[in-house]
Amino acid sequence: MSAATTNLPAPHDPAHPPIGLYLRIYVYLLVLLAVTVGAAYVHLGPLNIVVALVIASIKAWLVVMNFMHLRDSPRLNWIVAAGSFLWLVILIVGLLMDYVTRSPGV
Amino acid sequence: MPTQTAPLSATPTDGAESDEPVAHHFDTLQQQQEAVTLGMWVFLATEIMFFGGAFATYTVYRREHSAAFHAASRELDLVLGGVNTLVLLTSSLTMAFAVAAAGARKKGLTVLMLAATMVLGAAFLGIKGVEYHHKYEHHLLPAFGLPFEWHDHAQAGGAKLFFSLYLGMTGLHALHMVIGIALMGIFAVRVWRSVDVGHRRQGTEVLGLYWHFVDVVWIYLFPLLYLIDRS
Repeated sequence: MSAATTNLPAPHDPAHPPIGLYLRIYVYLLVLLAVTVGAAYVHLGPLNIVVALVIASIKAWLVVMNFMHLRDSPRLNWIVAAGSFLWLVILIVGLLMDYVTRSPGV
Repeated sequence: MPTQTAPLSATPTDGAESDEPVAHHFDTLQQQQEAVTLGMWVFLATEIMFFGGAFATYTVYRREHSAAFHAASRELDLVLGGVNTLVLLTSSLTMAFAVAAAGARKKGLTVLMLAATMVLGAAFLGIKGVEYHHKYEHHLLPAFGLPFEWHDHAQAGGAKLFFSLYLGMTGLHALHMVIGIALMGIFAVRVWRSVDVGHRRQGTEVLGLYWHFVDVVWIYLFPLLYLIDRS
């Protein structure tokens, strides 16, 4: 386009969408879906949930960064996205701190 | 292209290079673009808080009724759940294509991709309905006073909690999909009627943000409900 460049993060050009990237991300998502189903059949004890959540988070990351264009979004959108995730972690960790340290039957 | 070198001196005509419409209360197309996407992200943050309560409840009960949750999770149909995940991931791809097509000003393709996303969303809901019906027939749907039966008496309470959470969380997710499909129908008509599909690009992009978010919720729901323990 024109020589007028910007110091903001380069916004994705709507006229030239990255179709190849979308297809690649889609294939990654399908592979990760197969991996997470397969991992559920392997007995890992308490690690099963960790593996499942890590794979789910990678999938969510791929969707958020590419399909939702967060990669090319202003940093303010990053703060909102990261902040909401952080608050969710506070909610769940805070709850667990109570339940994990409680004696049975109390 | 919405590039700006001197935002302070910007006038509404600066967005003319792209000729997408800019509302009178925005100076530039880029400012409008940032405002609409930020607005949707803030809404999605409230949605994460909303679903977060359900996920927190799930976390606590899964910890307290671990054995019952493991056994109850195996009762869910992994084939239908897996196919549904595939369907929803594909609908995210078609949604991304719809936004891309609107950006490239291809009206027919935009409407086609929105329609494909709606069809895939409806297919997801249909499969979900089949699953609910199976659970209803097997007396595993603890809602509306329906009978609930669990083979292991000692775990019946925990299993009932699992299926309540299953119904509640997937039900909330399905409600979001119904809303998304309805919005997409409205958007498809608007895109179809528009003189220049570029005028609907930002709206389509914001709708896409919502749809992908619903996809992300399912990305977590699927392993937490269907894949607790299959070993």
